[in-house]
Amino acid sequence: MSDIASPSFVRQDLLDERPAPVKTTGFIGLVRTRLFNSPTNVLLTIIGALLLWFTIIPSVRFLVVDAVWTGKDRTACLAENAGFAVGACWPYIQAKLPQLIYGFYPEAERWRVNLTLVLAVVLLLPLLIPRLPSKGLNAGLFFFAFPVVAFFLLHGGGIKGFGLSSTADLLQLFDDSIIGAGQALLSLGKTSAAAPLLWVVGNFIVLVGTAIYWLIFPLTWLRDQLQGTGQSVWVDFAITAAIVSLIAFVLGGGVRTGVRALTSSIATFVAIAIVIELMGLDHGGLPIVTTNLWGGLLVTLVVSVTGIVTSLPIGIALALGRRSTIPLIRIFSIAFIEFWRGVPLITVLFFATYMLPLFLPGNFTVDGLVRALIGIALFTGAYQAENVRGGLAAIPRGQGEAAAALGLSWWKTSSLIVLPQALRHVIPNLVNSFISLFKDTSLVSIVALFDLLGSLRASFSDPKWSSPSTAFTGFAFAGIIYFIFCFGMSRYSLFVEHRLNAHRRN
Amino acid sequence: MGTEARKPPPQIALKIRRVLGGKTGWNGIAVQFAFAAVLGWIAYEIISNARANLENQHIAAGFGFLGNNAGFDVNQTLISYTGSDTFLRVFVVGLLNTLVVSVVGIVFATLIGFIVALCRLSPNWLVARVGEIYVEVIRNLPLLFQILFWYLAVLAALPNPRQSISLFGIAFVSNRGLVIPRPIGESGFEAFLAVLVFGIVASLALRVYARRALFQRGQMIRIWPYVLGLLFGLPLVTMLISGLPFTFELPQLKGFNFAGGSRIIPEFVALTLALSTYTAAFIAEIVRAGILSVHSGQMEAGSSLGLSRGTTLRLVVVPQAMRVIVPPLTNQYLNLTKNSSLAVAIGYPDLVSVFAGTSLSQTGQAIEIIAMTMGVYLLISLITSAIMSVYGWRVSRSLGA
Repeated sequence: MSDIASPSFVRQDLLDERPAPVKTTGFIGLVRTRLFNSPTNVLLTIIGALLLWFTIIPSVRFLVVDAVWTGKDRTACLAENAGFAVGACWPYIQAKLPQLIYGFYPEAERWRVNLTLVLAVVLLLPLLIPRLPSKGLNAGLFFFAFPVVAFFLLHGGGIKGFGLSSTADLLQLFDDSIIGAGQALLSLGKTSAAAPLLWVVGNFIVLVGTAIYWLIFPLTWLRDQLQGTGQSVWVDFAITAAIVSLIAFVLGGGVRTGVRALTSSIATFVAIAIVIELMGLDHGGLPIVTTNLWGGLLVTLVVSVTGIVTSLPIGIALALGRRSTIPLIRIFSIAFIEFWRGVPLITVLFFATYMLPLFLPGNFTVDGLVRALIGIALFTGAYQAENVRGGLAAIPRGQGEAAAALGLSWWKTSSLIVLPQALRHVIPNLVNSFISLFKDTSLVSIVALFDLLGSLRASFSDPKWSSPSTAFTGFAFAGIIYFIFCFGMSRYSLFVEHRLNAHRRN
Repeated sequence: MGTEARKPPPQIALKIRRVLGGKTGWNGIAVQFAFAAVLGWIAYEIISNARANLENQHIAAGFGFLGNNAGFDVNQTLISYTGSDTFLRVFVVGLLNTLVVSVVGIVFATLIGFIVALCRLSPNWLVARVGEIYVEVIRNLPLLFQILFWYLAVLAALPNPRQSISLFGIAFVSNRGLVIPRPIGESGFEAFLAVLVFGIVASLALRVYARRALFQRGQMIRIWPYVLGLLFGLPLVTMLISGLPFTFELPQLKGFNFAGGSRIIPEFVALTLALSTYTAAFIAEIVRAGILSVHSGQMEAGSSLGLSRGTTLRLVVVPQAMRVIVPPLTNQYLNLTKNSSLAVAIGYPDLVSVFAGTSLSQTGQAIEIIAMTMGVYLLISLITSAIMSVYGWRVSRSLGA
């Protein structure tokens, strides 16, 4: 039959609207799903809220609400005078700010510190922004030119000669030491049992030393001639520029392709000449400010930037040495790295302060800051070596083998193929090392250098500002500075990591 | 017919070359000679300079000074020590103080670290944020800053002994440190100690036996009631029989300070607080990374086998996470031990402070003292890394099997 039974039920009117689903997004959703969705969670939320309540509220009260903002000395920060329980004593920071930033750097010369900081920021910022071009030039300026300029800006003083004189001095020192060693062996040979052997070795070393002496004789002779002329710096500079440019020209490929190397060499020397002229380095330079007057944030930044700049080459060299197939170099690198990584930084600083002066010739005094810098460079270098090694291990063997197949030497393979890729890989790790280096610079205050923390500690003993809240205020201020630097660096490291892993994200 | 393969050329020279010079052969040997010459030259310079300098300063090289009288006091000693003891004794006292602060710091750091890691992994949004704030703030402030903060700001702000904060009338916190009751051994002490040791050993043996039964015969043995009885019941029974093993000597306020009880110096408190909270932040990150490194499929697989959530965590997730956690965790313990040398900044008498600090300035034997100090830390880290490589070898073996 085809009679289709009328449908048993046809709805005649619209249904009521159903209630909206429980919201799982936005603030309400967050509260529902992640704060109050079960009895345990309610309890946890209450505990968390209480924890925040008892830490955030007192901190804010201390830093802002109950703080004293103006005053001339400690009386302004005493509860009796203020009339309420005093929080932070900000006038104390205002009064001590120069000391916390510059230490005892003379007031008239502080523009030099400011200028150095500005230079550092101007050079560093473009280096950190991946989109900006000419990273090579920028890195060269920051890692090579800036430290030299910063030294003459901060420390002051001029130069007596240039490349030629210093090379001649260095070589002569080296040669004297070799001849000295040979003569010591000869004199030892007169009494010792192994006399013939010592005599042969000693004579051989003296012979080598004498040969080197005659080899470098033209250089030393030229230097001695230069000392006589009035314009020794500029003559020396001209000779050095000519020699280096010529070498660059020849090595760059002579007439065929060497023009580029020649122009860049000449441009570099022109830039150096401008800097020398601007700072008057050839006639004394800026007034000298000895490092025992430096202090505060200045020392913190100097130590950390020097540590960063010097530890990276040390780290790369050690990492390559550790992967070398030459047994002695590998063993030495491993021992060196493991030694510095095995001891605490404070003993390294003690080593640098008390032991290093004993190892240097008696007439050769090293500045306290430089000693600490040497210790920190060695220590951080060992850590950087392990970071770099991680990057080297991540590069497929095929890269090196392909480069070798193209006929590149070990140096070219390393510097053009392997290292650039390896270093890109480990930028986040390197930045993390820099964060711990930045934090570790506070340790120099233990070996009598006044960095930010050391200056802060020194300022506590000023009776003019001693009040119950002085210490807390000082720590709050220094803590904020340290936190901004370290947090900034760690965010930057995350950003780079994110960028490097862009291809792995989905 | 003369078609036999030619003999390979003798490889002896090649092998020697390979051993001596690595892949680069004779070049490598030449480089090594140059390198050895440079090292020898540097060593010669260092030794001759050091000898000349020591002669100028009239310091006799050698370890003879260790037998001399130290002549200064140390404010926390685990072994008896007076000012008339030798420098060698100072060395041991300092080393023990370093080890004590490290062990206490490691215990607290592990506890706080695991709690913070659980907070950060918590499904509760607020608790996770609290954990995150803790980690970010602590990790981004220098350790020395934190030590000085606790010592110079927080502990110095505490009241003096007369107004000290009393914790239930048995312990007192003041700016002179923490005073706690001191246990004094009574007659039943030896028996109590023996029973306690027996309980611990028996529980461990029971556990080994139960595991063996489980793995070899598939037999589940419930051991926790016996362990509980051995560890708590047995000592309790001994106590009932032979009386209290020790009584506590309560500290009493007398004049301006406390008499009786044992005093924990504020330097120790500040150092332990800073070291454990600082290292805890790093441990929290390690634990979190370790637990997150276990694939979420493992949890699902466990529950599809019918294991409860707790059992899955205990038997499936944590053992796999531990493999990732243990090496960096050991590294953090090592870091904590090395960082305890920052004690010198606040005058806690650790190895660096009393030996490389005070003893060095009294004797001037810089080379010997710093070499000994560095040697101790180096030895500790070498032993740790040896243990860790054994651990890594065992893990990789158990994975391979």
